[in-house]
Amino acid sequence: MKIRVEQSELSDACSWTTRTLPARPTIPVLAGVRIGAEEGGLHLATFDMETAAKVHVDAVVDEPGTVVVSGRLLADIAKALPKQPVELTLEGSRLSLRCGRSSFGLPTMPVEEYPELPAFPVEAGSLPGSEFGVAIAQVAVAASRDDTLPVLTGIRVELEGDTITMAATDRYRLAVRRLAWSPDDTSISRQVLVKGKQLADLGRTLGEGDSVSLSLGDPESGLIGFSSPDREVVTRLLHGDFPDYRRLLPKDSQTVAETDREELIESVKRVKLVAAERTTPIRLTFSDDEVLLRAGAGDDASASESLECSVSGDPIEIAFNPDYLLDGLQSIPNEKVTLAFTEPRKPAVLSDGPDYQYLLMPMRLGN
Amino acid sequence: MSRSQVKRPKLTTRSSGHDEDCTVLHVDMDAFYASVSLLERPQLRGRPVIVGGAAGRGVVLAASYEARELGVHSAMPMGRARRLAPQAVVVPPDFSRYTEVSQGVMALLRSLTPQVEVLGLDEAFLEVSGARRRLGGATRIAELIRARVHDEQGITCSVGVSATKFVAKLASTLSKPDGLLVVPPEEVVGFLHPLPVSALWGVGDRTEEVLLRMGLRTVGDIAATPQPTLERMLGPAGGAHLLDLAWGRDPRTVEVHEPDRSIGAEETFGTDVDDPQVVLAEVLRLSEKVAARMRKAGYVGRTVQLKVRFADFTTITRSRTLRQPTDTGRDVYNEARLLFQRLGLQRARLRLVGVRMSGLTEVERTPQQMAFDPVPGLNSGWRDVEQAVDLITERFGRGVVQPARLVEPPEIP
Repeated sequence: MKIRVEQSELSDACSWTTRTLPARPTIPVLAGVRIGAEEGGLHLATFDMETAAKVHVDAVVDEPGTVVVSGRLLADIAKALPKQPVELTLEGSRLSLRCGRSSFGLPTMPVEEYPELPAFPVEAGSLPGSEFGVAIAQVAVAASRDDTLPVLTGIRVELEGDTITMAATDRYRLAVRRLAWSPDDTSISRQVLVKGKQLADLGRTLGEGDSVSLSLGDPESGLIGFSSPDREVVTRLLHGDFPDYRRLLPKDSQTVAETDREELIESVKRVKLVAAERTTPIRLTFSDDEVLLRAGAGDDASASESLECSVSGDPIEIAFNPDYLLDGLQSIPNEKVTLAFTEPRKPAVLSDGPDYQYLLMPMRLGN
Repeated sequence: MSRSQVKRPKLTTRSSGHDEDCTVLHVDMDAFYASVSLLERPQLRGRPVIVGGAAGRGVVLAASYEARELGVHSAMPMGRARRLAPQAVVVPPDFSRYTEVSQGVMALLRSLTPQVEVLGLDEAFLEVSGARRRLGGATRIAELIRARVHDEQGITCSVGVSATKFVAKLASTLSKPDGLLVVPPEEVVGFLHPLPVSALWGVGDRTEEVLLRMGLRTVGDIAATPQPTLERMLGPAGGAHLLDLAWGRDPRTVEVHEPDRSIGAEETFGTDVDDPQVVLAEVLRLSEKVAARMRKAGYVGRTVQLKVRFADFTTITRSRTLRQPTDTGRDVYNEARLLFQRLGLQRARLRLVGVRMSGLTEVERTPQQMAFDPVPGLNSGWRDVEQAVDLITERFGRGVVQPARLVEPPEIP
């Protein structure tokens, strides 16, 4: 094998594929990155038996071939090299890297021991990368990080005709986002559960591209694929029944408030400073045309701040975990945010239109 | 109890009279559990007495000085203690009484100075630099404490007086029982150096072995050893620390702190148990008990601790902090069970299990994050169930309603 590739392209490709490499792989070869050189370029691939990532890199291939080398080491070297073309040559059982005046020799791992990557599923449709990225970030914020209930660490993805609905909940809040996409088959009706952390990560990295495609295997395969023009990821779906979240969405509301989102975020951040513990609530009182924010009481530090706000319906006082409230406010892209309430012990809904809803359960003070 | 039944404290004060620079007192009750147990059994005074589970086995919780002379000491298996002291009387422990007496003693100490660092039920450090002017010298305060503890509680204590915590504690230990020892700063070195190395804080069996192997038998031997030599033997921190102690240097101050409140319960099995189902049933019973006590006291807790003692007395604890504070037996049990399962015991023989909740806060003042569905914590429907059981228990007695797996099968006649 003999190839030449630009340092920046090699470095980007390495850092993306090796990001998810396991620190202690079940078999040693899985700590490696597989480099395949063929006509027109090379690809880098990693696989941890759950998720396979593959990236295409433009390169001049003088001699095709396949090698496996330590992913972490290759990524570190590629990143540190000067911005010049890099030459990769397989010399016996070692891969040599030359770039400018630098030269490295890496031991290779046995290619035949590297497991075969799962077949990439059939493409089901596509959507613009930026929309994909934003929507996932809006939903992933509510996914649980607690592994004791694996289903809640997932993001529910529903593909119904030309609409994708994504939802996640950790039982304290629920985020639901609807968006349009272009399915290959407009009669598609599929619901899957994708690992939340992984999907959030894909939203960030694939969201940079112009377009993202979704691919689904047949339901038994339990696989889902995501691809941009030069990157693809295939991963195993989560099993289990995602809760029927639609019944949680309140049908009506007693109080609706609308205010400037940035200003409310800044106010919450200031008042939250006195919340000594993560579990100290922030109390919001909506009345007439303002909202009063308060935290802390008794001998502890306290803070209060009022903010202009248009309120319709009954006045209400309600308490939230300030971090959960901020997560919701920061997930809304618009200048204005609407908050809808029914009762102080029922969920509040943060939204900026029909396409995104962030439901938040309040805190109750004492018994 | 009438005063005539009580032996007067002997008030053996050993002091050179210079206590101007002594600001730290260490107060230590003498054979605390045994002494309190004897308050209601004055006829047993002067006889070897062992406090511990009388029925079957269990361990020695405490022993009177007469029993100690026969070789009995606390934490010893009861069977062994009985072989050593067949004539000893075994009395069951009465923890509510111990707590009551302890609270009385600590209240007395706090009435003398607010600078009280409580260590367990029967020990405390006092910083008296402020109280000396009012009460007249550290020795005078120590005598006052000894007389008043005896008058008010009917038990004796020993007090060590010095300028540092370490020396004060050594002094109280060496003056036991019913003694008072004052070690002014200028006498500290002369006091310490003849003592065996094991007298120093932090010198356990292992360190003692290392020191003896190097020919260091007394504290004076350590004091005469160059620091680099000690550091090579015991590591950089250990070596420097030991040298400081050997010269009576102890920078620690009396720390006044509210002891971290917790509520716990533990059970020593009648015979060692290796069946996880039996252990878990006991963990469930203890969890229910702890939760009921939390509800009664109006607390919720965040940290569940599981304690396991093996047949060979090795004891380990594991704990986990919940997302949400709880006072529900079911939540406590679920965490305790997870902790037990994570130990991965392969039918190890267990002697004791315990469950403890800490991170307690008053339920009335603890905000709760609500959830969409019943989750562990106060939103859970189980809390209502357990509160209902509390009411039934109050009215009809313990065990009327309990988890099915705790119900004993009916005895077959």
